[in-house]
Amino acid sequence: MADGGGAAASEKVTELSGSGVEKGLPRRGKASSGRTLNTAQIPLVASHPEVYEPCDDSFALVDALLSDKAQLLTLKPRLCMEVGCGSGYVITSLAIMLRQLASGTQYLATDINKHAAETTQATLEAHGVHADVIVTDIVSGLEKRLAGMVDVVVINPPYVPTPEEEIGCKGIASSWAGGLNGRQVINRILPAVREILSERGWLYMVALEDNDPLDICHLMSEMGHSEYNNLFRPDWFKA
Amino acid sequence: MRLLTHNMLASNVRGATTGYPLKLEAAKWVTKEVELNADFIRGLLPKIDWRALVAATRALGLPELLPEEQPPEEEIFAEGAAGVEGSAIRRIHHALLEIHVQEGSLVCPDTSRCFPIDKGIPNMMLHEDEV
Repeated sequence: MADGGGAAASEKVTELSGSGVEKGLPRRGKASSGRTLNTAQIPLVASHPEVYEPCDDSFALVDALLSDKAQLLTLKPRLCMEVGCGSGYVITSLAIMLRQLASGTQYLATDINKHAAETTQATLEAHGVHADVIVTDIVSGLEKRLAGMVDVVVINPPYVPTPEEEIGCKGIASSWAGGLNGRQVINRILPAVREILSERGWLYMVALEDNDPLDICHLMSEMGHSEYNNLFRPDWFKA
Repeated sequence: MRLLTHNMLASNVRGATTGYPLKLEAAKWVTKEVELNADFIRGLLPKIDWRALVAATRALGLPELLPEEQPPEEEIFAEGAAGVEGSAIRRIHHALLEIHVQEGSLVCPDTSRCFPIDKGIPNMMLHEDEV
C-alpha cells in the first residue's frame, strides 16, 4: 500500500466510512485479539473519565500502522510523534511495533487535556516503553525547534462535525468536537504538521468522509507533501 | 520530560520574543538507563542547541556532566568511545535521554511565565489572554 521509497513526505488518511457517525463508544476488549504482539494491550491501557478510550477509530489507525510495519522499519524513524494522544493506545502501539529496530527512535506525544497526558504516560509505563508527553495545543511550543525533524506523525483528530461552540471545550469533548464538517481542528493541525514533518516523513491521520479526506490530501500536497495514500476501511461500522 | 524534549521546547506566551531556551527549575528528577545508539546521537546532535543542553544540566546541579563548548565530532564519535565510561558520547547520551525531570518548572526567558512540570509532564497550555 505504501510506496515507502519516495523521498517526498506522504500522508495517509485512514478514512472511516459511514458519514455523520459519532466517534464510537468505548468497546473495551473488542478487536484486540491477534494484535497484542505488536500493539498495546487493552487491559493495560489506562483510563480516566475525561479521556477518550481506544475505539474503532483508534484500532483503524493502529491497523494502518501495522500494515505499514515493514515500511516503517525500513524508514527507521528518528522521531515519532502523536498529536492528541488520549489514552496512549496508539503511540504505545507504535513504540512496541518499532521496538525491534533498536535504532534509538524517540517518541513524543501531546494532548490538550492534562488527564489524557497522564493517562498516556500510565499506558506507556504499563507496556515498558517511553515517550515524552506534553500538555499543549497541537504542537505549540515545539514547532520551531522540531521543524522538519519528525519522521512519523500519527493523529486521531477531533473529526466529528459539531456546532462551532463545542470547539475549545475542555476534557473529553476536545477528543471529538471538530466543528463545521469536522474540519475546524484538522485545519489547524495540518499546517502545524507540515512544519514538523521531515522530508521523508509520513503522516497517518484518521478522517471521516464528512471531513473531505481528498481535500485534506490536496491541502497537504499544496503544502509540499505531494504523495498520499488513502486507506479505506469499508468495514468500519459493521459489527 | 527528558532534556532532549527540554531542548525542543519554547514558550509561545504573548510578549515572548524567542521564548527559548526555557529556564529549567527541577525539584525532582530521576535517571533511567537506556541503550546508547551512536548513530542516533550522530544524527541528532546537529539539531541540539548545545548551550541550552548545558544550561539544563547545570540547572540540575550537574556542572561536570557537559563542557561549556561542544567537543569536536571526531572526539565524540571516536572509535570505541561509546564503550568508554565517562566519554563525551556517553555523557551526551546520558544528558539527553537518561535524565527524567519529574517535578519542577520551565520558565520563559522573556516573560518569566512559568510552565509547570507535574509527574514528568510539562504543561505548555496558555490562557486565552496569553496567546
